[in-house]
Amino acid sequence: MKWIDYASPHTVKEAVTLLAEKGDAARAMAGGTDLIVEMRVGRRTPALVVDIKGIPELNEITYTTEDGLTLGAAVPCYKIYNNKAVIKNYPGLVDAASIIGGTQIQGRASIGGNLCNAAPSGDAIPALIALGAKAKIAGVNGTRIVNVEDFCLAPRQTVVKPGELLVSLSIPAPKANTGARYIRFIPRNEMDIAVVGVGVSVELNGSTFKSARVSLASVAPKPLFVKEAGDALAGKPISEASIEKAAELAAAAAKPISDMRGTAEYRKHLCAVLTRRALNAAIERTRGGTVNAH
Amino acid sequence: MTSTYERNVVLSSKTFDVVGTRPVRHDGHEKVTGAAKYGADLYPTGVLFGKVLRSPHAHAKIKSIDTSAAEKHPGVLAVVTAKDFPIKGGDQVIKVGEGTANIKYLQDAVMATDKALFKGHPIAGVAAVNVHVAEEALALIKVDYEVLPSVLTAVDAMKPGAPIIHPQLRTDALGDTKKDNPTNIDGHVLHKMGDADAGFKRADVVVEREFNTATVHQGYIEPHNTTVNWGRDGRVYVWQSTQGPFDIRDATAKILGLSDSMVKLTPLEIGGGFGGKFSPYGTPVAALLSKKTGRPVKIIMTRQEDLEATGPTPGSYIKVKIGATKEGKITAATAYMAYESGAYPESFVGLGAMAIFAPYDIANVTIEGFGAICNKPSTAAYRAPGATNAEFASETVIDEIARKLKVDPIDFRLLNAAKEGTRRADGPVYPKIGCVEVLEAMKNHPHYKAPLKGKNIGRGVAVGWWINAGLQSACTITVNPDGTCGLVEGSPDIGGSRTAISMQAAEALGIPVEDIRPQVVSTDEVGFTAGTGGSRVTFATGWAAYEAAQDVKRQMITRAATIWDVPAESLKMEKGVVMSKMDSELKMTFKHLAGELNGTGGPIVGRGTVDPKGVGPAFAGDIVDVEVDPETGKTTIKRFTVVQDVGKAIHPSYVEGQLQGGSVQGIGWALNEEYFMTPEGRMANSTLLDYRMPTALDLPLIDTVLVEVANPGHPFGVRGVGEVNIVPPPAAIANAISQAVGVRMEVLPMKPGAVMEAIWKSGKNGNGAKLASAAKAATATNGKKTTKK
Amino acid sequence: MPTKTYVQTTINGEQVEFLCEPRQSLLECLRDILHLTGTKEGCNDGNCGACTVNMDGRIVCSCLVLGVEANGKEIGTIEGVATPKGLHPLQLAFLEGAALQCGICTPGFIVASKALLEQNPRPTEQEIRFWLANNLCRCTGYDKIVRAVMDAANRMEAAKR
Repeated sequence: MKWIDYASPHTVKEAVTLLAEKGDAARAMAGGTDLIVEMRVGRRTPALVVDIKGIPELNEITYTTEDGLTLGAAVPCYKIYNNKAVIKNYPGLVDAASIIGGTQIQGRASIGGNLCNAAPSGDAIPALIALGAKAKIAGVNGTRIVNVEDFCLAPRQTVVKPGELLVSLSIPAPKANTGARYIRFIPRNEMDIAVVGVGVSVELNGSTFKSARVSLASVAPKPLFVKEAGDALAGKPISEASIEKAAELAAAAAKPISDMRGTAEYRKHLCAVLTRRALNAAIERTRGGTVNAH
Repeated sequence: MTSTYERNVVLSSKTFDVVGTRPVRHDGHEKVTGAAKYGADLYPTGVLFGKVLRSPHAHAKIKSIDTSAAEKHPGVLAVVTAKDFPIKGGDQVIKVGEGTANIKYLQDAVMATDKALFKGHPIAGVAAVNVHVAEEALALIKVDYEVLPSVLTAVDAMKPGAPIIHPQLRTDALGDTKKDNPTNIDGHVLHKMGDADAGFKRADVVVEREFNTATVHQGYIEPHNTTVNWGRDGRVYVWQSTQGPFDIRDATAKILGLSDSMVKLTPLEIGGGFGGKFSPYGTPVAALLSKKTGRPVKIIMTRQEDLEATGPTPGSYIKVKIGATKEGKITAATAYMAYESGAYPESFVGLGAMAIFAPYDIANVTIEGFGAICNKPSTAAYRAPGATNAEFASETVIDEIARKLKVDPIDFRLLNAAKEGTRRADGPVYPKIGCVEVLEAMKNHPHYKAPLKGKNIGRGVAVGWWINAGLQSACTITVNPDGTCGLVEGSPDIGGSRTAISMQAAEALGIPVEDIRPQVVSTDEVGFTAGTGGSRVTFATGWAAYEAAQDVKRQMITRAATIWDVPAESLKMEKGVVMSKMDSELKMTFKHLAGELNGTGGPIVGRGTVDPKGVGPAFAGDIVDVEVDPETGKTTIKRFTVVQDVGKAIHPSYVEGQLQGGSVQGIGWALNEEYFMTPEGRMANSTLLDYRMPTALDLPLIDTVLVEVANPGHPFGVRGVGEVNIVPPPAAIANAISQAVGVRMEVLPMKPGAVMEAIWKSGKNGNGAKLASAAKAATATNGKKTTKK
Repeated sequence: MPTKTYVQTTINGEQVEFLCEPRQSLLECLRDILHLTGTKEGCNDGNCGACTVNMDGRIVCSCLVLGVEANGKEIGTIEGVATPKGLHPLQLAFLEGAALQCGICTPGFIVASKALLEQNPRPTEQEIRFWLANNLCRCTGYDKIVRAVMDAANRMEAAKR
C-alpha cells in the first residue's frame, strides 16, 4: 500500500476541515472494509485517511415516531440489525445489513460507507431508496440533504464533494400498512456481491396497493430507483398480474452489463424474478407475516 | 436435522488395538492454540521481505528490464532478474524429487528469461525492509514488453495457426520421434482395447456428449511462502510450507547450480496443499536475494498472486460416447480429451485417460488424450489430477444411458463394475479392489432409499477411481529410557498423518500411541521421502514406520535375550511385552526393557525404508440430493453421502475428514469455481470474493461410509484415501440436477447462470423461453454487451 | 523518513504498545511486529476469516483494521483463548472431534465460534453456519467444525449446571 497519513477527528467540523484541506487527497473511512481493500489494490490512493468513527453524530442510531430513524454514517451493520427499533420498524433495512459480507465484515462495515462507496451492487442502497431515505451531508459551509436515489452518480462516484462528509441517513417512520424487503441473488449463500439486488416498499390499502417503491442494484452504473414500477402498482389490486407488471417494468429499466458475475440477459431475468419475490415478501410483512432476513 | 441413522459409519474388516481408534493428534494442541509454526510464521533475525514483479501480459517478449530506480529506492537492498540465475538456457532433463523435469522450463517458470508466458509470470524480485517498500520498488522497475497474441484453451492451442508458445517443443506422441513440427501439444496418449466401432453397432442405446470444464484452483487457505538464508557456509537454508521437501530442495538446488544436499529444506507446518505445493515458485528467487544481501529473505504470495501465478488444475474439453444393450451391458466406450497444460508441459491428461472408464469392465474402449500448452499459469496437481474432469464426463453419460434404459443407476453400474481381474484400457489388471463393495454400500444406504419430497428436487449418484501412489519413504524410531519412542519421518503433515503413522508404529510395537513422539524433519535428517501427495503418506510412510518398528522389535528381543542369556529365537514380543515362548514367567514390558537399554549395550534405534509396490487403487461414490430453483438456476445441496473403500482406516476421524473435505472441494468445483478469463488472458476473478469456494452456509453435513476392503499389499490393509473423493461430486451433482429440472449439464461449473441457460435452451421451464426472449430483446435495445475486467 | 504512529492497546488482557505505519493492518502488526503469529493471513481482503480477532467484543477481520485503529481497544487473539487453567471447551471439542486437518483456518474458527457461543449459548446448526460463513476452510468441508461448535456449546452448558 502507498504511504497514508491517518487522522481521527472528534467533531464534524474538524473532519470537514481536514477533508477540505486535502481535497481529493483525503478520504473519510468508517468500517474500512471497502476502503482498505481499494487502497491495497491501488483503486483509491488517498494520502490522508480521516477516521470518522470517533465523531458522535456519525455513531448515532435513534428512532422517534416523529422523525423516524437517524442512522449515523459510521454505525456498523451489527449495531443496525441488533437495534430493537430498527428490527421492529425497518426489517427491510435489517435485510440488507445482515447480508453485507459475513459476521466479521458486519462487525465493521457501515451502511453509510456502503452508500459512499457507491458500488452499483451496494446492498444497502436499494433498501435505503425503497424506504425513502435521505442523506445529510456536511461541509465547511453547512449541511445539505440529498435523496438517496440521487446520491450515487456513477461507480464509485457520489454527490459528496471534496471537503464534504456524509453525516447520517434518515428514514421516515413507517406509516401504517407498509412493509419493505431487500433481497439479492448471489451464487453462494453469503459473502458474494449481488448479481442483482432488489429493494421494495409497499403501502397497502385493504386489497389494493396505495403506493410502492422499487429499487435495483447491479443492473446499471448506479443503483436505480425505478419510479415507474412503483407507480404502476399505485391503486392496483394486489394480484399476481399487477405484481408481474411491476416486475416487468423493473426488468425493462435495468441496463445490466455482462461480466464475471453474470450475463446481461441473466440479470434482466433475475430483476423480474426478484422484484416479484420482494413485493410478495413486503406484502406479507405488511399483513403481519414474518419474513426472515436470510 | 435429526437423523434416525448413523451419519458416519465404518464397515470394518478387522480390528486392532491402536489402528482404528481415534486418539487426539500429536500436533493438535499447538494447532488449536495458534502456537504451531507455519511457513509464514518464521522471522529470523535480520529477515528482509521479498516481492516479485509479474508480467501483466499473457504472452509477451521481454525486450528489456531496467531495475536501476528500484535498486536506489530507500529500504531496498537487492533486486534480481533472470540474469542472476547461474544456469543459462539448456534444454536438459534432470532428476528432481521423485520424477524428472526439464531444467529450462523449471527455471523459466521461476523467472522469465526472454518471454512472459502467462499473466503473473515472474519477471524480477526485490528484497526490502518491509512488504510495502518492496511493493513500491516493484512499481519502479521498467519493463519493455512486446505483446504477442495469446491462446487460452487446449482446443484453441491445438488449432492450426495458433500462436506457438515454445518454439522448440515437439509432441511426445506415442513413441513417434520423427515429427519436427512446432506445436503446442506437449502430450498425446492413445489406449485401445477391443473394437469400439463393432461394440457400438451391437448397442441398443448410444449416448455421446461433449463437455467443457473450467480451470479451478486448489484453494488452500495458506498462500505460498518461503524463507531462505544463503549461509556463509555456502549452503542454502530454506524454511517453508511444502508438500514435497525433497522436491523443492532438488529443484531449487538444480536451478541454483548446486548439488542437491547443498540445500537444506526444513518443512514447517503447512496450511493445505492438495497437490499445489510441489513447485519451487519463490524459493530460488528468495535464495538469490539472500545471496545478494547476506540476509534471510522471506517471500509470501498474496492471494491474487497465488491464484494467478501458481498451479491451478487443467481446464478441459472432453467428448464421451458410450453404448449399451437393453439388458444393461456396456458394449463400447470412447473418449477424446484435450487438457490444458498451462505455460509449461504436464497436463495430467495421461491420468485422466486412465480414470475415465476405470470403474467399469468394458471390452471395447478407445481413449485418446492430448495435453496442450496455453498462456495460463502452468497447471499443477489438484487432488486426483485429471480424474475429476474425466469422470464428470463419463459418469454423466453413464447416468444418461441408465435412465434411457430405465435401469436403476447403481444397478447399471453394478452390472458393469470393475472387479479383481478386470483389465483397464491403459493396460493394468486390477488386484483386489472395492468398486462393487462401494456400489453396494451406496445402494443399501438409508440415503438412497429415503423418499424425495418436493418440487425441483433430484437425486444423483456417481462413482470415481484413483490410482494412489507408493514411492519412497524413510523412518527411524528411537527407544527412550522411559519407554516412549521418538519417531522421525519426512512427510509434511497436511491432515493428521503424523498420528496415523505413529499409530501404525504403536500397533506394531504394542505400546500406546501417546507414547510415540513423532516429528517431521528437514531433508538433512531423514532418508529420501517422496512428497505428501498421491494419497501415499499413511500408506507408505506408515509402512516405513511399521518397518522401523519391526526393526526395534527385533533389537529389543535380541537385547532381552542378552539380558536373560537365552537364544533370541526363544523369545517373542506381543502387545508391548517381551516374553519367552516356553516359560510364561519370563517376561518384561517394553517400558521396563527400555529403561535397561543404556546399561546393557546402549540405545536402540530402528529404521525402515520402503518403496512399496502393493499400492491399492481406491473407489468412492456419492449420493447427493439437490434442489434447483428453476427461476434462478441456483442449486442447493440438500443431502450428501460419500462412500469410499479405504482399505483400513487407521484413524477413522481423519479418514472421514478426507472424504468430507474432498467431497466439498468437488462440490465447489461442480457449482461455482472457475477461472473467468478475459480475452487478454487475465483472470478477472482473482480474489476469494469472486473465486467462489463453498462456505459453511452453502453445505449440509456430509455423511460418510468407510468401506474396508483390505489392500492385500499393505501390513494393515491401507489404501490411500486422500484423493478419490474429489472425483465423483461434479457428476453426481449433474445427475441430480438432471433429475430435479430435466436438463443435462455439459459444463463445469454448473453455476446458476449456466443452469438457467440450460433450462431456457431445453424449453422445460414454461416461462423460461418467454422470459429469455424478453430479456434478450430488452438487452438488444440497451446497447452492446461489454465485458468488464 | 515519515514517522510511525505510537499505538497503545490491550491484547489478551495485557497492555501492549508498538510503533507502526498507518498503512500496516492490525494483522501485520500482530504478526510482523508483535510476533503473535497465531492469527493468519489467507487473502488480505476480508474474504477468508483466517485473520479473525475479537475487537471490543465483536469479531472482525484484522486485515481490514488498521493497526493504528487498535489504539485504546481490547483485542482478543487465538493466543488468549486458552488460559493457564486449560484449553477452552471449543479447543477440546476441535481436538476430540478431529475438526481440523491442516489447521491454518483453526485459529480463525475458534475465535469466531467463541464469540458466537458468548452471544448465543445454544445455536442451531444453521445459526452456526451463518455466523461462520466468513471463515473459509478448504480441508474439512465444515462438517466436523460445525459439530465441534455444537459439542462445545453442550460442554459449556453442562459446566454451568
